[in-house]
Amino acid sequence: MTLLDFARGPGLQWSVAIFVFGLLWRLVGIFFLRTKPDLSEPRNPAKWKGLRLIALRSWPRKEFLEGTAFGEVMGYTFHLGFLVALFFYVPHLLFFESVFEGLLGTDFEGIFGFRWPVLPTAAITFLSAVSVAALVAVLIHRITNPVKRLISNFDDYFSWLLTVAPLATGLLAYAHAGGIRYETLLGTHILSAEVLLVWFPFSKLIHAFTIFAARGATGMIFERKGASL
Amino acid sequence: MSAPNQDIDQKFPLELNEPRFSVKDPKVRFDMQGDMSDEQRVETAMRNFVKDFGRTAAIYMESCIHCGMCAEACHFHEVTKDPRYTPIWKLEPFKQAYKREYGPFALFFRLFNLKPKVTHAQLAEWQHLLYDSCTVCGRCSLMCPMGIDIATLISQARHGMFHAGLVPHELYAVAERAKREGSPLGATPKVFADRVDWLADDHEVDIPIDRDKAEVLCTMSSIEIMKYPDSVVATARVMNHLGVDWTFRTDGYEATNFGLLSGNAAWQKQMTMKLVDAAIACGAKTLILPECGHAYQALRWMGANMNGKPLPFRVLHMAEFLAENVREGRLRLKKVGKSVTFHDPCQVARRGGAIEAPREVLAALGVELREMFPTKGTNWCCGGGGGVVAIHRADKLRHKVFQIKMDQIEKTGAEIPVTSCANCRQTFDDGQAHFKWDKTMHSLLEMVADNLIEDDA
Repeated sequence: MTLLDFARGPGLQWSVAIFVFGLLWRLVGIFFLRTKPDLSEPRNPAKWKGLRLIALRSWPRKEFLEGTAFGEVMGYTFHLGFLVALFFYVPHLLFFESVFEGLLGTDFEGIFGFRWPVLPTAAITFLSAVSVAALVAVLIHRITNPVKRLISNFDDYFSWLLTVAPLATGLLAYAHAGGIRYETLLGTHILSAEVLLVWFPFSKLIHAFTIFAARGATGMIFERKGASL
Repeated sequence: MSAPNQDIDQKFPLELNEPRFSVKDPKVRFDMQGDMSDEQRVETAMRNFVKDFGRTAAIYMESCIHCGMCAEACHFHEVTKDPRYTPIWKLEPFKQAYKREYGPFALFFRLFNLKPKVTHAQLAEWQHLLYDSCTVCGRCSLMCPMGIDIATLISQARHGMFHAGLVPHELYAVAERAKREGSPLGATPKVFADRVDWLADDHEVDIPIDRDKAEVLCTMSSIEIMKYPDSVVATARVMNHLGVDWTFRTDGYEATNFGLLSGNAAWQKQMTMKLVDAAIACGAKTLILPECGHAYQALRWMGANMNGKPLPFRVLHMAEFLAENVREGRLRLKKVGKSVTFHDPCQVARRGGAIEAPREVLAALGVELREMFPTKGTNWCCGGGGGVVAIHRADKLRHKVFQIKMDQIEKTGAEIPVTSCANCRQTFDDGQAHFKWDKTMHSLLEMVADNLIEDDA
């Protein structure tokens, strides 16, 4: 079995299984905890159900912008670059469609009635490179900024490594870099994404799910009081 | 096993009856109460930290991405640039213990020792971070891109620290005194009744006390009773002017809640229930809280939960009560004609939601309101909340933080700074004395009482 065969076969199956199981374990472990009702007389009916804070907290207030602009800009850059490369690159789409077909017997168009849009390869390459650059900047900031250096732990650095790896190996595979066989590069790229999947539920990467829950919970409490969002 | 600080009162005499600002050169120390082994303290701290741990707190604990942005919101970090004052770092031992002992993957963290056990030395070190350098002002909670309410977690960590006997000693002493005597500053029911009697005579104002029935129950903070008695008189003047059927009661007058500030939920409940029971006893439809930040948080937002059922009366901060009467045309005021800037007490404004009420009152006073930057929900804390003003060893740091406030106020160019929290006022008075500043903080309530239009004609 070649590296690529492993990545496309058992590697994929196991990583997805661990991802799903780990994710469910962690989320169930959090969300099934009890919560006490708040008996205070609300100032405002919580008509937005926390949604306002979910939206508002997506960008800092002007009072806080000066100290956080770097983190916000870099954060958005690498998140968007990563997601666009993941979901709008033709080979990725073909891969997802094959998984869809394997599971449901029809492709994306068959289910939703339209074809998933894609971006030109050049745009994906550019965005991936920008994402890697932003991630490098974020790492340098984490190491050099006294606050971030103090509060960082293994999870922060390892999650960084596993996030940058699929982007970097994807760029290398696309460039057929270093005289290495394309199949090996592609296998490495897929494996890097699978390792990321395995690590995801056990790490800070879980924030992709909890961010909305945390903001929503705070939003509900604060809206009820009329407190500042 | 460490030696408990049984002799701490002798080594570092508590000058609780001296004027607050006479205490000089506070000693650096770690404070402990009770006789427990180090292991017991750690175990007790963590058990009590997670005691009321629900879904929301767990979501918070799982969501931090260590972006460090909360540091930018903290006044203690702002003035020192010391990374230890990063708000989320103040919870580090508790995050560590959560992952190791209680989180969904706690088993793995323990099995492979991925998170080491929290030590007593860590908790002793963190006492400074959880108490001396956090006013629980919640500015960090506004900043967090994940939406984590860090201030709430700090309060929860204080629960753990209190039960482990790791509270700064002045804070413990005043909380214990409040529990035992009914007031942290010695304003016992008898002292309060005597003061009311004396103030009524001295100021020729009718101050009803211990009436069996009243529509409105007014409460005070011990800071006002002992240090700013004019606020007691101002309360009476305003109530009488409005023709309110009101009373003070000696079985429920003290609105401060050092159970909340120090982290003892049982004491917090006991202090809350005195007010609740007194209001119910006199059939009050409204309970008015004084100009005090944490009192508002303790009763307005936590009172019903302490009571176990909704409160059968309205709870209003004094500024809300005044604004309501201005809005309804009952409270008519002389125009002051000066420029004013308003300091938002964190627990009333940012975390309490009563942001516009004091501004409505100031508008009725005809002042030129010059807002600070930042203001309202993002206004800087005075540095004395969360019990910090009671901790003498924190004075130096607190004074550094206070410079932010002086700078903010100076930049407005306003003639008079005004607030609606006696604890903020006390912090300002201390800062004014320390820096020989020419600005004196004023009470919104007293300003209203001084400018009532007595003649309706």
